[in-house]
Amino acid sequence: MISALSLHAVTKRFGGLVAVNRLEFDVVENQVMGLIGPNGSGKSTVLNLISGAFPLSAGTIRMHGNIISNLQSQDVARRGVGRTFQLVRLLSSMTVLENVKAGTVFGYKRRWGAEADTYAEAMLERVGLGGRGDMSVGQLTYIDTKRLELARVLAGDPKIILLDEWLAGLNPTELGQGINLIRSLRDDGKTIILVEHVMDAIRSLCDECVVMAAGMKIAQGKPEQVLSNSEVIRAYLGDDDA
Amino acid sequence: MDVLITGLLLGGTYALIAMGLNLQYGMARIMNLANGEMLVAGGFAAFWFWTGGSISPLLTIFIVAPIAFVLNWSIYKVFLQPLVKRAKSRGQLEVDSILTTFGLSFVSVGVMLALFGGNYFNYSYLSVPVIIFGDTYGANRVVAFLAAVAICGSLWLWLSFSRAGLSIRAISVAPDSARLVGIDVRRLSALAFALGGAVTATGGALISTFLTLDASTGVVFTLKALVIVIMGGVGEVRGTIAAAVLLGLLETFVATVIDPGLTLAAAYLLFIVVLLFRPQGLFGRRGQ
Amino acid sequence: MRMTEAEWRDLVICLLCLGVAACFPWMVGAYWLSIGVSIAMFTVLSTSWAIFSGPTHFISLATAAFFGVGAYVVGIGIDYLPYYVLLPIAAVLGGLLAFLVGLATLRLSGVYFVIFTLGLAEFLRQMITWVQNISGTKGMYVLTSITEEHIYWQLLALAAGVWFSGWMIGRMRLGFALRIIGDDETVAKHVGINTSRAKVLLFMLPGSVAALAGAIIAPRYVYIEPSIAFTPMLSFQVVIMALLGGTGRLWGPLVGVIPFTLLWEVISISAPNQTTLLLGVSFLVIVYFLPKGFVGLVASIKRHSSIRGAQ
Repeated sequence: MISALSLHAVTKRFGGLVAVNRLEFDVVENQVMGLIGPNGSGKSTVLNLISGAFPLSAGTIRMHGNIISNLQSQDVARRGVGRTFQLVRLLSSMTVLENVKAGTVFGYKRRWGAEADTYAEAMLERVGLGGRGDMSVGQLTYIDTKRLELARVLAGDPKIILLDEWLAGLNPTELGQGINLIRSLRDDGKTIILVEHVMDAIRSLCDECVVMAAGMKIAQGKPEQVLSNSEVIRAYLGDDDA
Repeated sequence: MDVLITGLLLGGTYALIAMGLNLQYGMARIMNLANGEMLVAGGFAAFWFWTGGSISPLLTIFIVAPIAFVLNWSIYKVFLQPLVKRAKSRGQLEVDSILTTFGLSFVSVGVMLALFGGNYFNYSYLSVPVIIFGDTYGANRVVAFLAAVAICGSLWLWLSFSRAGLSIRAISVAPDSARLVGIDVRRLSALAFALGGAVTATGGALISTFLTLDASTGVVFTLKALVIVIMGGVGEVRGTIAAAVLLGLLETFVATVIDPGLTLAAAYLLFIVVLLFRPQGLFGRRGQ
Repeated sequence: MRMTEAEWRDLVICLLCLGVAACFPWMVGAYWLSIGVSIAMFTVLSTSWAIFSGPTHFISLATAAFFGVGAYVVGIGIDYLPYYVLLPIAAVLGGLLAFLVGLATLRLSGVYFVIFTLGLAEFLRQMITWVQNISGTKGMYVLTSITEEHIYWQLLALAAGVWFSGWMIGRMRLGFALRIIGDDETVAKHVGINTSRAKVLLFMLPGSVAALAGAIIAPRYVYIEPSIAFTPMLSFQVVIMALLGGTGRLWGPLVGVIPFTLLWEVISISAPNQTTLLLGVSFLVIVYFLPKGFVGLVASIKRHSSIRGAQ
């Protein structure tokens, strides 16, 4: 069976610093894979490598068997990979609806005109922002900006979704809503890679986890397994969430 | 051979001028397009003191540098700091500072035209021949070169080893991290900007000993300084010096062998080549 | 092509204004006609500039370079080809130059683009001067039967073309892509936009248009030499007028062109050395007081009055 996403010997160097070191793992279709580790372990860099934001120094990344690691971000996006950013990136001069439309107009379905408007509205409903298309970006609350970014990602009909600490900074109620939303995306058939620090989310959402420290994989397995692994606990020592 | 030495002499002086812009763009993060006008102002001052009071340009430097320092500090505080505060992104700051410094450069040119008129000015200082390796060169070029080397050298030492100098380099590489270790980014940016202006004005005083200037030649020097700073790698001191020497050599070669009217074209072509193949500059780090 | 009622109304107003403007030469004397030509020329240059530099925030100073290329096409070609054949050639060459410049610099940050375009006109001027020195020619005469009125109408037609193109681009994917790029280029790349390609393609518009404008104006100069064709001030004037009027709307630059051209004219007559000072002060005024130009000012007045009205 061909994996949805497959990383082989992936390495990234920034000058003298090795941020990611011979990373190797597969993500199965329709799986929620957690990517966890202490700060500075290279998790966000891995997402940047997958999405094409940075070129690899070595190794390959394959999507459904085809190499995507030599592609630029726009081509990776068009293959069906969507991502959110650690610091939410929205288009500040546009309305909420236009922000979502941006996700579908240039994706591989290339919707335009009324079709794009309808689909964008549907995506807003999907994330819980239904009917707010005319609002300006500046009027949204924090969790709503995250929802908006997710709506934009969904508008591109992604097969694989990369979430970069999407649940960070949410209060318990919002956290519950966020977790449910992600779970519903998995139920829709998407494959999800989750970079997170919120352990409750990891435990309840992830089918499998990869733990990174100092750029290398130190453990992989089901959440209960890795989170009780002594190596992992040692890597996290000092982190309040562990 | 004489092309080599003349080019070297020119390059050394260019290095000083480009260092000024490097401090302002590389470290204070302001693309100062009025840089050339500061140079011309320095030249004007040297001219004025020499023709008026027979004061050697080498001494005028000690008057010009502090005045330029204070002037640039004020410019930073009044015009540029508000932009730094209100800019939502680095790109926005760059656009705003480009427009503002363009505005300042035109205003300076206008003011200089009003005060000094549109005439060229040059003067004869130390234009006695000096013999190096069998060829004759103007002593003024040699002296300017030596002064430039001395000043560049001390600057490099200061930036590499003094606390303030290292802090300035820190803010150029990682302003947010610099804040975290207690560096007052705002004050140091103003310092870097002011210092850059002083260095440029000094360079102007030196270069006026052997080049002809007028109120409108500022923009050519700005362009050359920009090319040098970008070629060498923004913020890199060694890179700036290397690129300046390279440009001095190239210009002298083109002027002597091909046509003196093509010096800017040559600098520009060099710029294009660097942009196409190594946009981070000779010594720069990729991904900045 | 669906158009809303508001759009039909705007279109009719536009056509009426164009019609009135076309009658201008019959209403005024020679002096005001030449001012009219300047205004038309700057409107063409500023609006096409704004179509690219507005959404992308990449400040192009290459206008003088493209303009000079167009003027030179006519200067060199007028002895060999009819005038109306030279115009499309100028447009194509301008577009080609823009394509090359864009390819080289638009993938880099905005600052490199500004510097590159700043030096471009001067570079071309030096190269052409050198070529002329070697080949022995000095400048060239452009002797045609084209009158000032012809130039005016051509520029007016070109302006209409530029507005139409801007309007079309705004309705197309390309216009949307550029707005996204202007807001956040990283997001643009991650939603599937090939940002370099979009920018390079769009940059060809001001390149062609400016070259075409230069070709149209060439007969007015009668004698063309490098320093006349490649006036560096032109690029700055165009930037100021576009920013003064505001790049948020297609009619923005026009609103900046008219007062600035008149002001420039007044100062050129009374204190010719101070035109530079005017340029400088205008830049500062724009940055500190009118960052979005008159368009922005009008928009914020509307916002305030609607808030006032709702109270």
